[in-house]
This record gives sequence, structure tokens and C-alpha cells, in this order.
Amino acid sequence: MSRLTRLTRRAFILGSVTVTGGVAFGVYMLNRSPENPLTEDLGPGDVSFNPWIRIADGRITLIAPHTDLGQGIRHMQAALIAEELDVDLDQPELVIETGPPAAAYANRALAEEGLPFMPQDLGPVAEISRDVAGRLMGALGLQGTGGSSSVPDSYEKLRQAGAMARETLKLAAARAHGLQPEELRTQRGAVLLPDGRALPYVDLAAPAAKLRPRHDVPLRDPAEWRILGKPMQRMDVLAKSTGTLRYGIDQSLRGMVHATVRLNPRPGGHLEGHDDSAALAVPGVSRVLPVTGGLAVIAQDTWTAFQGAEALECTWSPAPFPAEQAEHWDILHDALETPPEKIWRDEGDAASRATGWPMEYRAPYLAHAPLEPIGALIHVTEERCDIWVSHQFPGMAQQMVAEITGLPLEAVHLHNQYAGGSFGHRLEFENVTRAAEIGTALRGTPVKLTYSREEDMAHDFPRQIAMARAQGTILGGHVEALDLAIAAPSVTASQMSRIGLSVPGPDSQTVAGAWSMPYAIPALRVAGHRAPDLAPISSWRSVGASHAGFFAESALDEVIHEGHADPLEERLRLCNYAPARACLEAVGEMCSWGSPLPDGRGRGVAMVMSFGTPVAEVVEVEDTPAGLRMTNVWVAADVGRVLDPVNIENLIQGGVVFGLGHAINCQITYSDGMAEQTNYHAHAGLRLYQCPPIHVRVLETGPKVRGIGEPPVPPAAPALANAIFAATGKRLREMPFDKFVTFV
Amino acid sequence: MKISFTVNGAAQSVDVAEQMPLLWILRDRLGLTGTKYGCGIAQCGACTVHMDGQAVRACQVQAQELEGAEVLTIEGLGQPEALHAVQEAWVELQVAQCGYCQSGQIMQAAALLELTPDPTDDEIDAAMSGNLCRCGTYPRIRAAVHAAAQKLES
Repeated sequence: MSRLTRLTRRAFILGSVTVTGGVAFGVYMLNRSPENPLTEDLGPGDVSFNPWIRIADGRITLIAPHTDLGQGIRHMQAALIAEELDVDLDQPELVIETGPPAAAYANRALAEEGLPFMPQDLGPVAEISRDVAGRLMGALGLQGTGGSSSVPDSYEKLRQAGAMARETLKLAAARAHGLQPEELRTQRGAVLLPDGRALPYVDLAAPAAKLRPRHDVPLRDPAEWRILGKPMQRMDVLAKSTGTLRYGIDQSLRGMVHATVRLNPRPGGHLEGHDDSAALAVPGVSRVLPVTGGLAVIAQDTWTAFQGAEALECTWSPAPFPAEQAEHWDILHDALETPPEKIWRDEGDAASRATGWPMEYRAPYLAHAPLEPIGALIHVTEERCDIWVSHQFPGMAQQMVAEITGLPLEAVHLHNQYAGGSFGHRLEFENVTRAAEIGTALRGTPVKLTYSREEDMAHDFPRQIAMARAQGTILGGHVEALDLAIAAPSVTASQMSRIGLSVPGPDSQTVAGAWSMPYAIPALRVAGHRAPDLAPISSWRSVGASHAGFFAESALDEVIHEGHADPLEERLRLCNYAPARACLEAVGEMCSWGSPLPDGRGRGVAMVMSFGTPVAEVVEVEDTPAGLRMTNVWVAADVGRVLDPVNIENLIQGGVVFGLGHAINCQITYSDGMAEQTNYHAHAGLRLYQCPPIHVRVLETGPKVRGIGEPPVPPAAPALANAIFAATGKRLREMPFDKFVTFV
Repeated sequence: MKISFTVNGAAQSVDVAEQMPLLWILRDRLGLTGTKYGCGIAQCGACTVHMDGQAVRACQVQAQELEGAEVLTIEGLGQPEALHAVQEAWVELQVAQCGYCQSGQIMQAAALLELTPDPTDDEIDAAMSGNLCRCGTYPRIRAAVHAAAQKLES
């Protein structure tokens, strides 16, 4: 068994233990602090107070270990530390790095979404389980970015890191000058003495290193914040506006060669035979190498490598899953006929009370398709390996590289890069493992692997397909019962299978965003039916809520309409979680819901809570002679605490665009085991001319700080479908909607 | 084939295959990585540069068409310490999320404003809809084009 498998198996067992409420580790194991990776290279006179702050060589280094996928988390992590450390992000001596992959950077908030508690459940059992799960994640040391958890994970931890360092530096200054720490202030990277003299932190490193770091420093009241909660300029925005930010695909090394891959277009299939003579005849192509699932072409530049890859003659094995799309739908259909894997919500005997309006919904496979194709720059030598790549699980990627190169883990240096988008694709490892295979074969020569867009999309590990049936009942014009059955293959199981693990329990992602709907419907059932594994799938921005939110909020809307109730008023009547209710109220007020609309216009509302963040959206469409036009979107989201009002507006608008675009025109379908969509011409998402004004309001009524990367996505599709119904009387139950209507 | 052309005002001479796209000449031969590869088939606009004053997709311009051409890339439009008005607007409105498409968006917007100094929303739609943004920054792109137009006017 590989080291990685051992680690992740242990992780998974612990995760399961958490779910069942047992505790496998002793208290010591749960409470101990993992080693600080910054202490390894410290020289005399340098100091690192904790894994996030190092002062050395006249520089203050802040470590931002969560991967920046475009959400701005590198900046936000620095801002969280800086707020309490009393440094300013424009100080020339400040350096912000991602740091090495390390257990110290475990994401303690990542497990929460997988626990069988609704986010609105703040009872003691749920809260204790969340706490234990967080400690287990810490003990396991799993560093990961995803699940809209980076801010929840970082919010207290990084401010505490800054506060602890600040107080230790003050103590060092106090000792040196015969003063009490209470007499000192801190500002812009310096301790201020009562006489006004400023002692730069960089000069206090040596005395501070001799002190035991201060613990249990109280955090400042948000009313005192200098940086957080106010508009900030993201530190990457200048580089990203001038073409000077170097993504993974832009990195280079002296003596580097270029590589690309030609893989079996049927995901998971292998190479049965090939002829590389035409490829090797392309001027500039130097080698063709075997890699898992196909071949790599080595050339003098990327384009030549692409030319070589196209010239390869390959014989491929069939797909290890049903070859035709219709079979996938048949299998989901069959799964709905079999007993559910789990009934996640069962209140008031919905099975017998929800009897009317049988409805059936479908959500297709979808590619992540980040604009920067996957790849990696790698340099493997006899002694060490360096790899430049953007990855959401850098520690696991590092372990895989160690196994393939045969080098010890500590000899593998992963330099985590700014990503040109991800949407979940950079949770997968295939570019990393293929780069390691190529780099090992070319040991000594740096090589940059770049996937072509076509290879990237063919091996995208799309969002799961899903299908649902629903029935409802009206009593006195109100929703009385709703019975929702959802079938999907398990996205969690598919992902885990690629790191050698099986998933014994039910997959909450089948019903995510639906089972925890904060509605007091007298009879409500939500059942998850597990379809067998089909095409390999992976987490796609908002994961299960991307399909289940569409199903739940479409079905609810249909039942509300059958009862001739108002879609917003009836949701408000049913809603039993105050932050979700506040979002619905806000969005109604923002759009003056109920006011007369011009002819041909209609509005739809939807509210989905995913990753604990409720988001309500109203979409307005106009039915024009040329087709449907989206004219406005209003969004209200409750994240508990806004840390940057500018960035959060951008992220919410982006999430809405992502949700709308895929709802109208994206799908991955399989024919002969291959994705039929090979590039953006067939999987575009929203384009600028289709993008309506998106009006955003962010609320802070919720009890916890929450993430925003994913939660704006799920309500977009049902709000749009509900708007189309309001404008045209046509009910769309299957995405993409452009199969049935035209958009302009 | 040997070709000579200018990039950001500097003379360049490269010896490459006739069909090699300008995109890869810029990125892999000249080290100008601000111009991005997204699709290779003119569907995403990430590789937009100016050639003889026109916005073009660098993935569609072959080496054999380049002789004597004047190419402007994001690196030549403006620099971090000397921003072009479009870049100023992009920074002030904080358009970028992942940022990977933004070189192309900015080059496309700069070309639009050369021809149409004060574009309407419809003119922005027509000019900018070939540039994909997977993060969905379109509301800010639209606002930044208007803001840049105002900067250029004043």
C-alpha cells in the first residue's frame, strides 16, 4: 500500500468515525500543533512564531497556504494576518508566499459539508461533531482548498497567528527597553515606544526568537479593524491587468523542453498500440514517451508538441463505462426505480401525502474548463524534484510526485501557483502524475507539460449527471407536501477511487442543497438514489447543490404555482431559518417583487443554501421575438461577516454568471465513450452580450462566517427556469435550456 | 522560415515553421507570456493582441503572415508603473478574478476604444463577446470599458 493510500485511508476512516460520533485519537493527538515548517531554514536571528509568519533577512514573510484559484484567497489570507499583526500590505519588506505543502496547513473547515447535519442545525450534537471533525482534519494534516471553506478555515486561525506574533514582538521590545508591553503600540510593521520611537519588526526578530510565543491573545473587535471589512485592492490585480502575473503555464527554466500528451479520449481507457513515426518526423519533436493512458510528445515548443501529438497514430481501448449517453440516462432512470441509498429528510409522511404533478428533471455532465489548461513545469534530478503547478491538494500532489519519481517526500518541492481558474478541476491529479512520469523519464531536463484545450476537455472529470422525480400536494393554496427523489452516481466515490479508496457510506452530495432546504413543508421527503459509477466525475463548483438545488427549487416552484400562491411569498411563509429568510426578503425588496412588469417579462426566484451560505436570486427574462433575453438578476447572500465588499460582489456576480451560463448552453455528452464537446465552441457558458446587470446585496445576519466561492451558483439555474415559466408558461426541467428555447 | 516583424516597437527576427501561430512565437520563442493560450481555435479571445492596429486572435495568425507586421501585446500596451487607460480602469474596478482572460479582454477593449471612443453597451457587447471569462467578470468588464472611455476622453 502506498504512503498516500495509507494516509488517505486513515483520513477516511477518521472521517467516518467523526460521522458516527466516535473518537479514535487521543486528546493529545487532536490538540497538538503540527510542526511549523518555517522553522527548518531559520538562521540565527530569524524568527517564526507560527506556520504563517517568518521574520528573516530584513523581510516579513506571510504564508498564505490556501490555493488562489481566482477567488482572491491569497490576498485575503495575508489581510487576515496583517489585520492583527499590524502590518500594511503595501510595505516593501512584506513578502507573501504560499509556503510548502505541510500538515500545519490542514483545512479544519473542509469536513463540515460532509457531516450529516443541516447547516442551520446549531444544536450541541451538530456543533460538537463539527468541532471534532475540524480537530480530526487538523490531526490528519490534509491541506486543501475547496468547499467554500478557505475563509471559514482561516478567519480565526490567521488573525490569531498575527495577534500572537504581534504580542511576542511587543514583549521583545518591552524587555529590551525595560518597559511593560501594555505601554507599547504597534503600527505598520513596527513597535512604537512611548517616546515615539519606532522599532521595526525586522529588527526585533532576534530578541523575539528567544521568547516563548504568546498564546491566547484576544482578537480585536471587528469595529477596530483597519483592513478587513473595508474595500481592498487585491494584491494580484495590478499584475493580472498588465499580463505580468506568471501562472503555472507561464513558468520556464533554462534548458527546458516542452511536452504535451495524447491520451485515450475515452476517460480511463488505455493505449493498445501506436505508431509514432509521423510524430517523430515533425521538425522539432524530439521524443515520444509512454505515460499512463497514452503518450507524451517532447518538443522544442508547445505548438510543435501539439503538432506531434496530432500526428500520432493510436489504437485505444474502449471506455470502461457505457459508451453512449442514452445509456447513462437509462441507468439513472433505473436507479430511481430501486430503493434509495438514504432518505435524508423525512417529515410528515411525504411518501403518501405528496401525490400530485409528477415531475422529472435532468442535469447533464458539465466540464470545469478553466481557461488556463492543466499542465505543470517539473524538474527531476537524482536528488530532488521541483514542480510548479496550481493544485487544491498540494500535499497529496507532492506525495504522488514522490512516489513516481522515487524521491523522498522532503526532496519534492511543490511551488503552488496562481491558477487560471479551476472550478474543481485542480482537485484532480492527472496533470501532476503525468508531469512526474515525463519528468522522471527525462531526469535532469526541466520539462513543461501543457495540455491542449481538447485534451483538457476530454479529461475534465465533469460534474455528475443527475436525475430527479418529484411530486407535491397543495392544501388551501399552500404547499402541503413535497417528495423529491434524486439519482446520481457518487461524485465523492468517483474522486476517492482515483486515490485508491472506496466510500462505504451514502454520498451527501447526491442531495446537497436539497435535503437541508430551510423550509417547513408539513410533509417533506428528500431521498438519494445511488446510481452505479459511470463516466469518471469530480467536484464542480458547488458540487451536488449544482444539480440538487435546481431540482428542489424547480419542483417547489411548480407546486407553488399549482396552488396559485406567490413564489416569493410562499417561500417566505415556509422558510424557517432566519438568514435564509433575510436573503429572500432582501432580494424581494431589491427588485420590488410584485410590481407590474412590461409585457413579455417574467421573474423567477430561487433560494439554495450550500456550504452553509444561503443565497436567494431573482432572475428576470424578456420573451422577445428573437428569443429569451436575461434582463436583470438580483442576489442576496448571507455570509455572516463581509471581509472585502468589493471582492465579494465580484465573486457573487461571477457565481451567478457561472450558474446561468452552464444552465443555458453547456453539457458534456458521450458517444462511443468520448466526450462530444471538445472545445469552447460547444461548451461556452455565458458570453458578455448575454450577461444581464447583476445587483448584489450581502447580509451579515448569519451566526458564522461563511464562504462565497460556490453558493451563488446553485440558485441561478432554478431562478432562470422559474423566470422562463413566468414569462412564457413553458416549464424547463432539463439543462441545458437551449435544447428547448433560444437565448439572445 | 525566417521572419522579421516588430513586437511592442522592438524589431524581432525568428526562424520558425510557416504555420506556427503568433501566439506560440510570442510565448515560447520571445518569452512574452502575457498573451494567453485558452482554446487555439479563436473561441475564447485569451490570446488577443493588436496587429497593425487591429485586434486579432494570435492563435489564428501564422508566421507566414507576420513579415513586417507591427504587433502590440499586453506587455507593450502599458506597464505596472505606466498603465494604459484601459488597464487603469481594470485596476480601479478590480475586474480580475483568476485574471487569465484579462490580457485578451484588455487588448480587445483597447482596440474597441481606438475605433469607438465612447461605446454604447450594444457596441461593447458586439466587440467583447468573443472574449470568454470563465470566472464571470462581465459586469465589471462592461463598467471598466465605460470607465476607460471616460479616462481617454478627459
